Amino acid sequence: MSIPEPIMMETDVLVVGGGTAGPMAAVKAKEKNPKLRVMLLEKANVKRSGAISMGMDGLNNAVIPGHATPEQYTKEITIANDGIVNQKTVYAYATNSFRTIEELDRWGVKFEKDETGDYAMRKVHHLGTYVLPMPEGHHMKKTLYRQLKRTRVEVINRVIGTRIITDKQGRAAGLMGFDCRTGQFVVIRARAVILCCGAAGRIGLPSSGYLFGTYENPTNAGDGYAMAYHAGAELANLECFQINPLIKDYNGPACAYVTGPFGGYTANSHGERFIECDYWSGQMMWEFYNELQSGKGPVFLKLDHLAEETIANIEVILHTNERPSRGRFHDGRGTNYRSKMIEMHISEIGFCSGHSASGVWVNEKAETTVPGLYAAGDMASVPHNYMLGAFTYGWFAGENAAQYCADTMPAEVDETQIAVERARIMAPLACSDGIPPAQLEYKLRRMVNDYLQPPKVTRKMELGLERFAEIGEDIGQLNAANPHELMRAMEVQHIHDCANMAAHASLFRTESRWGLYHYRADFPERNDEEWFTHCHLRKSADGRMESIKRPVEPYILPLDDEEKTAYQRLRVVKEAVNV
Amino acid sequence: MTYAAHRTSVPVTVDEEKCIAHKGCTVCVDVCPLDVLAIDMLKGKAYMKYDECWYCMPCEKDCPTGAVHVAIPYLLR
Repeated sequence: MSIPEPIMMETDVLVVGGGTAGPMAAVKAKEKNPKLRVMLLEKANVKRSGAISMGMDGLNNAVIPGHATPEQYTKEITIANDGIVNQKTVYAYATNSFRTIEELDRWGVKFEKDETGDYAMRKVHHLGTYVLPMPEGHHMKKTLYRQLKRTRVEVINRVIGTRIITDKQGRAAGLMGFDCRTGQFVVIRARAVILCCGAAGRIGLPSSGYLFGTYENPTNAGDGYAMAYHAGAELANLECFQINPLIKDYNGPACAYVTGPFGGYTANSHGERFIECDYWSGQMMWEFYNELQSGKGPVFLKLDHLAEETIANIEVILHTNERPSRGRFHDGRGTNYRSKMIEMHISEIGFCSGHSASGVWVNEKAETTVPGLYAAGDMASVPHNYMLGAFTYGWFAGENAAQYCADTMPAEVDETQIAVERARIMAPLACSDGIPPAQLEYKLRRMVNDYLQPPKVTRKMELGLERFAEIGEDIGQLNAANPHELMRAMEVQHIHDCANMAAHASLFRTESRWGLYHYRADFPERNDEEWFTHCHLRKSADGRMESIKRPVEPYILPLDDEEKTAYQRLRVVKEAVNV
Repeated sequence: MTYAAHRTSVPVTVDEEKCIAHKGCTVCVDVCPLDVLAIDMLKGKAYMKYDECWYCMPCEKDCPTGAVHVAIPYLLR
């Protein structure tokens, strides 16, 4: 097919990804300096994109005065993440969490409030109270879109980024990619780039075998992780995989955060509660996994003991917000919360700092290790950051990138990187007789499941790397019949990068930590002496993948001994009572 | 390399009586996060071109005439 000429564009702040963090970053960059040109790039359409394309049913980490303190929250996340935390980044989120909520409230997002007008907080975490329901959260994307229009951010839809442009000093200077409708090569020169590309949700294959039946929105293929890696940025603690407890086959959240405060809980096949706390952590997933594999398995969401009006209320929240097709799934199976427990399972693996801690490293200003390159949301390394953390760090990234533009002029760019990337993108269209992207993707992701799914085993991960290398050879034979298939062909290369990073990072840390997320069968113990440290991964000067240790920053909020082990005591101790 | 046809039952279906793509409507195509819907230019109707669905439902919710229906993909049902 003939492809029209490349599109060349120029802006000051380029935001990549229009889901959650991205629109906030763009709006805040523009508000910081209305004279700046701010462009928001989205591979889908900003009206319905990212993890919250249909909305969100609540805030999972709201730090609201009178209900929680930033200090308490920072300590809880430190514990939930087994101590490997840059507390400054979590604390920066926590101290700005309420400001973000107030801003969203002003923008028209509706939060649940009690009869006095106070936020109706719910307790889901092990220690503190941070959950705030949004029963009308399906308006979220519309609310964000209005703000983009109000601030006159330039929106470009259906363009997927594939590589960051760097200048001769190694600073971010723009982005390359292509239009997934026309196949046109796109070059955008920018003075600062903010990556908000979401989780890497397509590394593993869901147990259904359906490539797009992932927990994460499958547009989140790990583009941001791959782009940051190739730009020379460091990625943090990738071995702390995201693995979530989900409705089996449907693969959406169960969701204990919503049902817990109403009296629902995760149970084994006897209907017994086996974990004290349903908040997603590596330790919780470890207990979940053990129960799933045991004679008391599988695991269920139990609601059948609740009153009719409670269940009806839960149904409205769960079947109209984040994943509204869920009611249809239950109808098809003939399962009803009133009469039966709902079978659960664990998700495929992924990277996502929003839920765990695997992300592109950022500091408390949302800066990556590459000057001029920022990251926010699920792909940035602030642990357990969820949607509200994405908004808050999007805010930081937008303001700081705007400031950076005022202070810095880009240096000269080596133009050969652009010719090289253009050739790489156009290759699958030129290859008329090769491997379809879906076939290569299926094989790659099936191998990820076979070799990287915890319990992690050294020899298996080494074999996985061998298989990934073989598949890497096949990438040269990828064939795309049209621009849509080209998008899949480039995404599968991002997935391939992520699979390699997942194996590499997991092999480096020779201990077990974060419960199931990084359980190594041949190194089953936690080893604080050697591994109480961040592990960063980056591309070395000679183009190889390398891992390095980075010390955990001194705590600003020290933990006492009782707190330190709170998340290691999640299993119900006493003989479980059948409720 | 030779290619074999691979038939699949798609999750998103369009009621052609209700679909107004022939009037210029492209809402479902515009909002799909995965870009899997298209307009059949001969028929002037929307259809699912790629079986790559997250059953997320913007296409159904945003359709002005209620023509689009999202089913759970067969492999997950």
